[in-house]
Amino acid sequence: MRIAGYRIPLFASLIVWAIIWEVTGRLGATLVMPPLSAVVARMIEIVPTPTFLAALWITGRTFLTGVLIAVVIGVPMGVIMARSVIMDRLLLPWVNLFLSAPLTALVPVIMVLFGFGETTIILTVVLFAIWIIVLNARAGVHAISPSLVDMAASFGATHWQAFRHIYVWAALPEILSGVRLGVIRAVKGVVIGQLLVSVVGFGRLFELYSSRFLMEHFWALLFVLFAFAFAINEGLAWLERKVEYYAASRS
Amino acid sequence: MSTVSNLKPTAEPAPAPMVSVRGISKIYPGGVEALSNIDLDFPEGELTSLLGPSGCGKTTLLKIIAGLLPATSGTVEVDGRPVTKPGPERAFVFQDFALMPWATVLRNVAFGLELRGMPKAEREAIAQTYIEVVGLQGFEHTYPHALSGGMRQRVGLARALAVDAKVLLMDEPFSAVDEQTRRKFQEDLLELVAKERKTFLFVTHSIEEAVYVSDRIVLLAPRPGRVTAIVEPDIPREAGLDRIRRDPVYLDTVEEIWHGLKRYLE
Amino acid sequence: MTPAGILTHRLTLRVLSAIVLFAAWEFAGRVPISPAFPTFGVTMSALGAIMADGTLFKAFAVTLQPLAVGLLISIVVGVGLGVTMGLSRAAEWFGSPIFIIAQSAPLAALIPVLTFAYGIGLTAKVLTVCIMAMPVIVLNALSAVRHTPLNLLEMGQAFLGTRAQVIWKIILPAAAPIIFAGLRLGCAAGFIGVILAELLITPTGIGDIITYSQSIADYPKMYAAIFSIIVFSVLFIELVERSEMVLFRPEKRYS
Repeated sequence: MRIAGYRIPLFASLIVWAIIWEVTGRLGATLVMPPLSAVVARMIEIVPTPTFLAALWITGRTFLTGVLIAVVIGVPMGVIMARSVIMDRLLLPWVNLFLSAPLTALVPVIMVLFGFGETTIILTVVLFAIWIIVLNARAGVHAISPSLVDMAASFGATHWQAFRHIYVWAALPEILSGVRLGVIRAVKGVVIGQLLVSVVGFGRLFELYSSRFLMEHFWALLFVLFAFAFAINEGLAWLERKVEYYAASRS
Repeated sequence: MSTVSNLKPTAEPAPAPMVSVRGISKIYPGGVEALSNIDLDFPEGELTSLLGPSGCGKTTLLKIIAGLLPATSGTVEVDGRPVTKPGPERAFVFQDFALMPWATVLRNVAFGLELRGMPKAEREAIAQTYIEVVGLQGFEHTYPHALSGGMRQRVGLARALAVDAKVLLMDEPFSAVDEQTRRKFQEDLLELVAKERKTFLFVTHSIEEAVYVSDRIVLLAPRPGRVTAIVEPDIPREAGLDRIRRDPVYLDTVEEIWHGLKRYLE
Repeated sequence: MTPAGILTHRLTLRVLSAIVLFAAWEFAGRVPISPAFPTFGVTMSALGAIMADGTLFKAFAVTLQPLAVGLLISIVVGVGLGVTMGLSRAAEWFGSPIFIIAQSAPLAALIPVLTFAYGIGLTAKVLTVCIMAMPVIVLNALSAVRHTPLNLLEMGQAFLGTRAQVIWKIILPAAAPIIFAGLRLGCAAGFIGVILAELLITPTGIGDIITYSQSIADYPKMYAAIFSIIVFSVLFIELVERSEMVLFRPEKRYS
């Protein structure tokens, strides 16, 4: 995008949107959109408060636990599926199914079985994140060229050596990509989980603010959440780029 | 005997060249000088090749003549008129065929006419003729994915012929097909040139191909792209197309060009 | 086919794994894992019951309304926006960051905001579906248009196509398979949206069956309702994927 010959970066348009937001907020166009400046001010105000930090702690904890479980179960599952045709045929239809099915519908079931607490949220996160991690790990192992496997064998590598030095690296780009996509879904999962459970973490805060019509607080919280999601995404994307250089030429 | 002439076009040929290029330069952002001050004439009714190693600017020059790329400086005249954009008097044949995969052979061939607003029945009839000219009768309702590379390029050729342009610009048209098909194409091309009264501009990196099909060969060298020589093979074709490759003039010309080009390779 | 071949055939394994899953469900229900976990059999008979007395179909009719309207709007507006942004760098600059952020952001968090602004009626639910479905539809359309094969564009130019001709005869047909794939993803997102709307805004239709049964501890019915909506959405998306395959056979795509 160029104006008068000067290149303007893509995300600069967000500045324009921010201005639009500020203006519409000040005009009082709608009750639900307070001016951006007010939201930012509120954000600065609430972030250091103990209520917020406690909620952040719980949310972060459930999120990371869920992601960890999803990775620890999902990656090996994907690897197994890639290496065993029978396991693949047994499990792949289900993985694909759960990938696009509205898993949100299962959250009430989880709530009924595990109560209104953190366990439910952790399970929701796992449920949202795991399928894409499995699929990508599987794809990563598939991407390991048979020539590399032969090469390892011809130089006398043991299974463990081959795994450590070759397979992990060969499959890494896809695995990382899967983890990044899984994390994005995990963020959605933790939010949906908390919205539905609504008595812990951010969910409770959302509930609190909404019941008292504290729109500025609400948007401030939303901002923090979105920024959090964005930061994680960028961090993982950076990691992915670090290994990307060899991704295209792995044969 | 082949005649090798040097850069500046001579003043003698009485018929005005169909395509004439003066002072064409192309500098890409970043300073890469793809073409430097090219002056060339392309006589009507003949097949002129642009031959040279990669990076010599031959495709760039062809696309500038086609109007698909703007030149940094210089002019192109086609049929006496200066041109800067594509026009109905020029038709292009792409190296990678550029066929629409969702359309049948018939629609692909008729596409140039479709873009001109010709009614369906009329353009399909014309397309049908050229499908037969290139030897694809029976495949009118086939989709590109079911065709071999050679057949796809014939579709591209038929499409270019169908618009009845005066100048046919061919960008390494045979490089994406296998060797046997390529030889067949070269023979077919000679027949086509003899039959149609069009001017052909042909880009290739194969010396044998250039010497086989061309009436005139323009040799280009890279960095910066410039004309180094113009060769007119003058190989007798009356004895038959398959004898050309053993004709001493053909063989000598190929050798001569090869020695000339060698020093421009790394 | 050898006995081993039949046993490990795709279809057999699919059926087998379904049987295994449902058997595990049945077993877990009998153990029981929890008083709130009915067996497969009991859930299925509850499902049969609500199908037989028509409650299920009436519920679906209500629930699917915001889905249908929301998806329709998302598709029409979404494809339009995406294509426009694909064709115009200025539009892309202005609009795409919003959608890029939206794609990875937990948009569900906006649902309470929608409830504030639009109450608890159909509008809020339709908008929920829209915010969930639109980003992926828009970005797919944008990407599809931007990635029109360069040589087809050149070909259109070489044969003197006008801008409008190139857009309608080359860019859009080339982009169609990817746009359609985006629609499929948008539908999946829309289903999540409508379920969230039911559970967070106000339960009507299927959401009503779920929450009501839950509140009176009629777990078989609750599970049956959840089962039905999941199965329905899976079948629906499967249908979209099939038509995608038929309409846009892979050979017709630019490879």
